[in-house]
Amino acid sequence: MRSARSADVEPAGTARRRVGREVKPLSGAGTACRRSAGHAIGCPTQTVRGAHDGRPRRLLNDGVPNIRGASAPKGKAMAKPLTFFDKVWNDHVIADLGEDTYLLQIDRLFLHEMSGSVGMRQLRKSGRKPASPELVFSVIDHVIDSAPGRSPSQSHTKAGTEMIEAARHGSRDYGLTFFDVGDARQGIVHVISPELAVALPGLTLVCGDSHTCTVGGVGALAWGIGSTECEHVLATQTLPQVKPKPMRVSFEGALGRGVFAKDMILHLIGTIGANGGIGYAVEFAGAAVRALPVEGRLTLCNMAIEFSAKYGFVPPDDVTLDYLTGREFAPKGAAWDRAVAYWRRLPSEPGARFDADVTIDCSQVRPQVTWGTSPQQVVPIDGRVPDPSEVADPGARQLVERALDYVRLTPGTPIEGIAIDAAYIGSCTNARLSDLRVAAGVLKGRKVAPGVQAICVPGSTQVKRAAEAEGLDRVFRDAGFEWHESGCAMCGHMGNDRLADQRVISTTNRNFEGRQGPLTRTHLASPATVAASAVAGRIADVRKLTV
Amino acid sequence: MESLVRVRGIAAPLLRINVDTDQIIPGPEIMRSTDESYARWGPGLFANWRYLADRRPNPDFILNREPWNTATILLADRNFGCGSSREPAPKALRGFGFRAVIAPSFGGIFYNNCFRNGLLPVELPIEQVRVLAEQMEAAGGSAQVAVDLEAQTVTAPRGQVFPFHAPPELRRMLLEGLDEIGLTLSRAAEIAAFRTADSAKRPWVYRPGLS
Repeated sequence: MRSARSADVEPAGTARRRVGREVKPLSGAGTACRRSAGHAIGCPTQTVRGAHDGRPRRLLNDGVPNIRGASAPKGKAMAKPLTFFDKVWNDHVIADLGEDTYLLQIDRLFLHEMSGSVGMRQLRKSGRKPASPELVFSVIDHVIDSAPGRSPSQSHTKAGTEMIEAARHGSRDYGLTFFDVGDARQGIVHVISPELAVALPGLTLVCGDSHTCTVGGVGALAWGIGSTECEHVLATQTLPQVKPKPMRVSFEGALGRGVFAKDMILHLIGTIGANGGIGYAVEFAGAAVRALPVEGRLTLCNMAIEFSAKYGFVPPDDVTLDYLTGREFAPKGAAWDRAVAYWRRLPSEPGARFDADVTIDCSQVRPQVTWGTSPQQVVPIDGRVPDPSEVADPGARQLVERALDYVRLTPGTPIEGIAIDAAYIGSCTNARLSDLRVAAGVLKGRKVAPGVQAICVPGSTQVKRAAEAEGLDRVFRDAGFEWHESGCAMCGHMGNDRLADQRVISTTNRNFEGRQGPLTRTHLASPATVAASAVAGRIADVRKLTV
Repeated sequence: MESLVRVRGIAAPLLRINVDTDQIIPGPEIMRSTDESYARWGPGLFANWRYLADRRPNPDFILNREPWNTATILLADRNFGCGSSREPAPKALRGFGFRAVIAPSFGGIFYNNCFRNGLLPVELPIEQVRVLAEQMEAAGGSAQVAVDLEAQTVTAPRGQVFPFHAPPELRRMLLEGLDEIGLTLSRAAEIAAFRTADSAKRPWVYRPGLS
């Protein structure tokens, strides 16, 4: 069967002509509906330039009411005002490879035991060596068991233990800066990356994990890559990439009580759709973003990938610098001053052009909870599970129907009040100290509802110890939560069946089918909403709790 | 890298929106072993949909039915391969026998990973993907779609030709089966010159924790 199929596949050598570097003219339907950059992309089948390859594309969204094109630049002789993204990208271009593809300098590579162990193994097989091991960091987080009292290679599968040990040996052999299990600096890669100032403003930082965009929260240009791309960066400390288009999301106004960064980003994804960011690098701007502490900005940027933007970031400001100063891998003394002078020049200039612009009025944002199997399937806490018969587009309707079938909910059910089996606080989205403080504030003096499994997995060992120093672990335990060691744990199902076939309200980032376990129905929400729901035993509105 | 110039074969429609890489290859399938061969990944492809609870094949799932189980091209809907960066996703598609995926749009990390695994992601407007799907279904699967990366065209069973565009550098790598890392290393002088200038401009970048 396999050989019959491969007979119809032609590899190189069977080709009659060699392909040169010429850029072929664009042809076909894409050209017919080409629109220049900056035009509105608010209608379901309009075209924007960009995506992976810089060519015109249709944006086939389910209605994108809040995206509008940026205004055309004014003046003609003036230097073109640049976005933060343009500046950072330009400063990393080693070579122009043609048609929007560039060879980029990579300032930081972060490896973890899943994709990182594969990248290191491939490199070893190739006979090459890391080009710049001093710029490569490594941690164990993805498949290490989070159970209290774990051993250094404890995982739920044999493969997991092998990955941990391969990453450990590889990191040591190559002389990488390595945070092993038991190291006080160990934790979820995207939590420790800013915590240790491995991530800094204006750096390019990549990691074999899609949530690498998280550290855009400190003004890094950071994105997730595959394990073969990891090998490429290890071998060369560079990466060829197609340049994305800049997009701006402005969160204006002030957040209401009980509303957090998680609610902002879920609301955005519900508005523009899970594909609303394809081909874009997204700058988060506006008064509500400026008012967020760094930890909230990290939550916001974390979920850029959940609307398929590989990159999300908040350009650096005083809040960023105050957060980073003095951390282990931040520059110190004169080097810090010099870096600050450089970082001050990075924010987008007035009049800089964005290929897409979205504005969200935060005063209208309520606590958000997902009901389905995509982060775009989200409603405010006083909303209801949708009725597919009200969805016009057949593809979109089928999506709703499939999701309802998987999550076992009836159309029209109010989201508030849906009974839960489990509550999970953890992940690179919402397991930093501020998240645990908010959750503990809700849990203090209360108990988790009978029959509800409640688990807290701090985002890093530092977070765990800081929380313990404040007595937060006692609040969690007294309420009935388990208190775990740090790691990615049950955010993704990597062999731990604890949440199998449960309805779980979770501070994580993905409610995909099976993401947290076989038949597990995940409802994404903020730590406050998760804590309030754990207490109620049902999805609850934290604003109704008396403090 | 393994090369791909043309592929002609059965194109199986799976027109679902936002198919994430957790569906293409669920976590537990990744954790079955650390073997990285394509053959090892094939059985995990779409495991949540492809198997019943006892791991018998789900007879309702298209890739379990003849002749679709011999498809070499997958027809998908928008934002295919969104979510996790897991490279086992294109590996599982390869392991099953796919050499091309045609969809209106792709998750960006998945899109890059495909090229590095000899799998061609082709972007076509949904209307054209639907034409391909309708013609394949009308023929009960006994028809063929041709994808030509050199000419950048997709030919439907009834002969319509749809042009597409692939990023030139990735296209060249896949056509010629080039070693991408070797190509980059051949620019060693350019890289060194960049780093000399850049480390003077941004010294803190090159020495983490510099004081």
